[in-house]
Amino acid sequence: MAKKRDKKFRWQRKHLLGLRELDREEIEFILDTAKGFEQIGARSIKKAPPLRGKVVANMFFEDSTRTRNSFALAAGRLSADVIEFTKKSSSVSKGETLLDTARNLEAMGVDIVVVRHGAGGAPKFLSRNINACVVNAGDGFNEHPTQALLDVYTIRQMRGSLDGLKIGIVGDIAHSRVAGSGIWAMTKLGAEVTLIGPPTLMPAQAHRLPVKISYNLDDVIEQLDVINMLRIQFERMGKNPFPSVREYSHFFGLTVERMKSAKPDIIVMHPGPINRGLELESEVADGPNSVILQQVANGLPVRMAVLFLVNQAAVLEH
Amino acid sequence: MKVILDAKQIEAALSDLTDSIAQQVSANVDIAVIGIRSRGEILAKRLSQRLSDKLGKTVPYGTLDITLYRDDLNDPQSDAQPTVRSTELPFDINEKIIILVDDVLYTGRSTRAAMDALVDFGRPKAIRLAVLVDRGRRELPIQADYIGCKVDIGPGQSVEVNLVDTDDKDQVIVK
Repeated sequence: MAKKRDKKFRWQRKHLLGLRELDREEIEFILDTAKGFEQIGARSIKKAPPLRGKVVANMFFEDSTRTRNSFALAAGRLSADVIEFTKKSSSVSKGETLLDTARNLEAMGVDIVVVRHGAGGAPKFLSRNINACVVNAGDGFNEHPTQALLDVYTIRQMRGSLDGLKIGIVGDIAHSRVAGSGIWAMTKLGAEVTLIGPPTLMPAQAHRLPVKISYNLDDVIEQLDVINMLRIQFERMGKNPFPSVREYSHFFGLTVERMKSAKPDIIVMHPGPINRGLELESEVADGPNSVILQQVANGLPVRMAVLFLVNQAAVLEH
Repeated sequence: MKVILDAKQIEAALSDLTDSIAQQVSANVDIAVIGIRSRGEILAKRLSQRLSDKLGKTVPYGTLDITLYRDDLNDPQSDAQPTVRSTELPFDINEKIIILVDDVLYTGRSTRAAMDALVDFGRPKAIRLAVLVDRGRRELPIQADYIGCKVDIGPGQSVEVNLVDTDDKDQVIVK
């Protein structure tokens, strides 16, 4: 998979805020680096020393299981110390601002801040105001770059390349930062992306994105090589984006019945957590086309690569 | 640029290395050859073939990427972008004699990194070091067990090992 890269190429970013601003070469460099981290999880001592003596702060202002644990484990496997910070157990509940919290963490010698926040742009704001590296672990409806990176990493693992693949992203696009990053990662790597969902769940500016749009899953499913089923985010929705859960599932759920019109080797993805029976029928989620657990496993090497690279960029800055 | 080993001399050096390694391993001990990326990897492959022929049993080989163990990772002066590649050890290293292979032995820092990386994979019975060229000028207390060719090359110059697998031909040059 690793291709000959221009010797002059150098990873320069000490923050990973989103994939929109990255070019293809940078995205591929992260994925190739992640490949090198894959075997660490398979050996007797599941640790390597490159972040020895560094401190990573996991600042999660929103709930998360997968992403937070995956970052913590990734940092630990690179020998960093990890501070876990969640909204409920911190002084944020006493009214401390994002910036004050981050500055206080920085005063403790934090080198990398991994941040998830309900407000789009929060990681960017932090990156402009503190010296530590900032990694976006999901900001509002904006981006979730490491999720998209592990998605394209998984597709590359299965197919070797994304060039020419037809990928459908289905469901709640408007509220999805996974789609927000995925669109950029997938199209920059050469895939053709179609957003599929009811008009009420399409982003207002969807036509300005480098994607196709469809309001009918049955029209396009037979062409797709990859289908990425997004979670319906009830917690972020206003009132009544669709008439009923049953109706949504009828038109946009990936069911055993609907899988019959798909290519036999279609790759079924989901960023988790799954609303079983809503966007994905259990038989499909656990079926042979599903790579959902492989996505979770790939989160580790991908996040290790990101932490490693932002730290390298920070070292060079001094 | 000066050629210090041509294809024939490399061939002869590998043959000598194989003989000296084979002489020192007893029949009942498992050995494996592990090359340090990237030129050591090719040399390891060649040595494992020669050793397999010589000993009449399969001597497996693997590849070690030492990027994560380098001691200059956090050194802002180091000018190259470290590229992490995969380590491929398709066998258990526990209780084996590991022949660690590198193309050039110089400061000894790569060897130190390689040993640290190796012990994270298990506890070999022994680690021995085989190099094609020992150019002297060590910065760490490390010496090779098997040496193809010994030359003293000052810090102003570089020793480059070209191998037909990745370069045009087999040769060792000094620049």
